[in-house]
Amino acid sequence: MSFDRNAQIRQGMRDSLTVVIGAAPFGLLFGALAVDNGMSVSEAVLMSATMYAGASQMVGLDLFGTHAAPWLIVFSIFAVNFRHILYSATIGPKIAGFSVAQKTIAFFFLVDPQFAEAERRSEQGKSISFAWYMGMALPFYFSWICETALGALFGNLISDPHALGMDFLLPIYFLALVMGFRRRRNWFPVVIASGLASIAAYYIIGSPWHVSVGALFGIAFAAILAGQGQLPPQEATEQGVENV
Amino acid sequence: MFDSGSSVVWIILAGALATYATRVGGHLVLSRFHHIPRRVMAALDAVPAAVLASLVAPAIVSQGWAEALTLAIAAVAALRFNMAGVLLVGAASIITLRALLG
Repeated sequence: MSFDRNAQIRQGMRDSLTVVIGAAPFGLLFGALAVDNGMSVSEAVLMSATMYAGASQMVGLDLFGTHAAPWLIVFSIFAVNFRHILYSATIGPKIAGFSVAQKTIAFFFLVDPQFAEAERRSEQGKSISFAWYMGMALPFYFSWICETALGALFGNLISDPHALGMDFLLPIYFLALVMGFRRRRNWFPVVIASGLASIAAYYIIGSPWHVSVGALFGIAFAAILAGQGQLPPQEATEQGVENV
Repeated sequence: MFDSGSSVVWIILAGALATYATRVGGHLVLSRFHHIPRRVMAALDAVPAAVLASLVAPAIVSQGWAEALTLAIAAVAALRFNMAGVLLVGAASIITLRALLG
């Protein structure tokens, strides 16, 4: 039994290798941009260790820089992480064998690659054990924290972030994320509606309200375009995984 | 840069709670519904793209030619490359264009 568990942990760690390597530049980038946006090294590390969500950590950084109201920063983080609700609903039945404590821990680590790998394993007809799940999750989690610290220490050494374009990497990153969603239904009208409303609000009301106003317009537009009717949850959660 | 160090820490912890809520919430809440209205589903589906598009949009018009051009180049690059590739192309573009255009 314990031999089997060790094998499962090892398999999880092997499965985590590609995403650990793939995410490394982003952990370093987050750390460097965090100090560039005025955070301390320990605050950047705290953010990676407790939120553990790359895209929304970047959003948090961006809004810290604009002196947005705290509730608005937290709300924007929540909104960018919204896709996890679909992951969570999808993965729930596949980890039904976990104890309540194991589920409580497992959901904390449900980042995009964790979901993708768990889905892939499940597609292959293999069961998802807690040992495999944590073997996959922990290397990714601890490397993310280490990369954040390294990036933040390195970021402190950069003397002219403007010349290196550091202050503009966040918009480029967000734009790339937006483009990554382009196969979703009604992506183009949603993005145009959000973008135009955001620009209008930016000039009329001012930052950081453009984020909420723009997002609301895009979301409302998506709801209007969708038409009426109902979807069964299975179809609703077959949304695919984004590379976020 | 911040009013006080502790407010940053509290925002981070609140953000962590909000993040955990999304990760556990789908299992606890969404999976209980047998049917989800199409409009609600489409709205949920649109949330990330809408928020991120709203974040980036003012940067297209509010900064300068170097920044606007860089975003256009990055958007095209995103059709071909993965995230790391787009960031490299974007960084090269912003450094070059800022040096050229001031």
